[in-house]
Amino acid sequence: MSNISVQLRQLSIGYKQKHQQKLVAQGIDATIAEGQLTCLLGANGIGKSTLLRTLAAFQPPLQGEILLDGKPLGHYSDSQLSRRVGVVLTEKPHIRNMSVSELVGLGRAPYTGFWGRLNHEDRTIVNESLSQVGIQSLAHRMVDTLSDGERQKVMIAKALAQQTPIIYLDEPTAFLDFPSKVEMMQLLRRLAHQMQKTVFLSTHDFELALQVADVLWLMEPQSLHIGTARQLADSGVLSRFVEREGIAFDANTLRVQI
Amino acid sequence: MKKTLLLILVLMLAIVALLVLNLLLGTVRIPFATVWRILLGSEGESEIWRNIILSSRLPQALTALVAGAGLAVSGLQMQTVFRNPLAGPSVLGISNGASLGVACVVLLSGSLGGVALSRLGYLGDAAISLAAIVGSLLVMGFIVWVASKVKGHVTLLIIGVMIGYLATAIIGVLKFFSAEEDIRAYVVWGLGSFGRVSGGQMLLFVCLMSVLLPLSMLTVKAMNLYMLGNGYARNLGLNVRRTRVLLILSSGTLVAIVTAYCGPIMFIGLAVPHLARAIFRTSDHRILMPASLLTGGALALFCNLVARMPGFEGVLPVNSVTALIGAPIVAGVLFRKRKENYE
Repeated sequence: MSNISVQLRQLSIGYKQKHQQKLVAQGIDATIAEGQLTCLLGANGIGKSTLLRTLAAFQPPLQGEILLDGKPLGHYSDSQLSRRVGVVLTEKPHIRNMSVSELVGLGRAPYTGFWGRLNHEDRTIVNESLSQVGIQSLAHRMVDTLSDGERQKVMIAKALAQQTPIIYLDEPTAFLDFPSKVEMMQLLRRLAHQMQKTVFLSTHDFELALQVADVLWLMEPQSLHIGTARQLADSGVLSRFVEREGIAFDANTLRVQI
Repeated sequence: MKKTLLLILVLMLAIVALLVLNLLLGTVRIPFATVWRILLGSEGESEIWRNIILSSRLPQALTALVAGAGLAVSGLQMQTVFRNPLAGPSVLGISNGASLGVACVVLLSGSLGGVALSRLGYLGDAAISLAAIVGSLLVMGFIVWVASKVKGHVTLLIIGVMIGYLATAIIGVLKFFSAEEDIRAYVVWGLGSFGRVSGGQMLLFVCLMSVLLPLSMLTVKAMNLYMLGNGYARNLGLNVRRTRVLLILSSGTLVAIVTAYCGPIMFIGLAVPHLARAIFRTSDHRILMPASLLTGGALALFCNLVARMPGFEGVLPVNSVTALIGAPIVAGVLFRKRKENYE
């Protein structure tokens, strides 16, 4: 059994508005394991992004708590957290005149000094991060000339340079062509397994997620189902999630039939 | 890296050359050797020439250098805060705040106090500087307060622009009730000039700026992270809201002080960051900040030189020159870069 990296206790997520709370999901009890690829599935608007934002401490939980290595998220300072959790987001930075290695170098910010100067060790780490993602050849390209897939990889290299045990990714396979989606998922799975990283991502690529994920989280309006693809298929949760008029799910082969 | 150092060196040399030219050129021709001796403080030179160099050309050149540097740094900070290439020092209504302060003093003193400040000379100048600083700091205080309340930078930008309109409207109303000569004094202030600051005030101005400019350089790491967008910046340990307030404070204070002493100088704050990016081909603020500082100083010196080229009767308004020179440069830079999908 792998070590528990992130623990969610009676977690309620959502937004605080002026006088009321907009509750997105509540009472989540779950753990995310180290060295595994966990994929978060769910319909649009179900709260996947809200969950990720809450996990990354971008917004506070409405109730309950999130423990990182047994310590509540709120007890970490900004700079401590920047060494524990790395993120890859859907927002794409519009930056001109910045090379890929410069951007990945910014991933070293939690470790660099006042001026953000990279020392020899930082540069070595940047190069290693680039090669782990397989984009050394892009090192001197300008960020604004990259394709969506390339940019996504650069941001993953940034997260690696950040050397955080946990990496959260918000829809890393969106906007990619099919081979790139597969390649991206395989890459993330490899990082989780080989580097013992906790990789947690949201995705809409249902079949792909079933094949590569170690653990699946399926968000539904009132509940969160957690398990391997096999377990969720056998319990019928996956069928309920995808099946509708004209769409069938084969629980044996984990395939969607149209 | 080598190329960057070389470019910095070239800029520094350009500034020295422009400083010398600013001392040399003008309606009165003074030989180089004499200028040099006057600067070294040797006695026995013509009193008139001494006066021209020490009380007019030298303060004007230093003011232009420091004001240009301040506006450029301020503009770069604004463009980074708002992630908007069209942002400039005037965008948050801070310079409009300065104008409003000055308008209150200049336009109201005549009708309410009975004495037109425009006729008070030195005391009047000091009052105008003070009014400009008070006006812009008040607006900045409000903006910083808003910045700590609202999340989106577009909202903040729009509120800033609205404050600008509001200030302009109030000035319009004030003008309507003011005496003609007071309005004239206000309009002249609004044209901007590097030549208005003299003697002790110039010294104070240069001292203030030589404290503030190095201080503004302390924000470079935060600016680099801020560029990545709120989410990424925050994840890398940056306190986004505090950074935003800090950058607005830094940028706003620079504009407030420059505007107080020189009037609203247009265009340098907007144009120079683009120029610096084009020359240095980087978005690393560790390079861009000093680069903008130097480019701003150089451009202001150049504009000042053009404004009082021999042949022009008197001195052209600096604002016309900055726009005449700056606008084509920026347009040219952007046009040449169109292939590199400039968004």
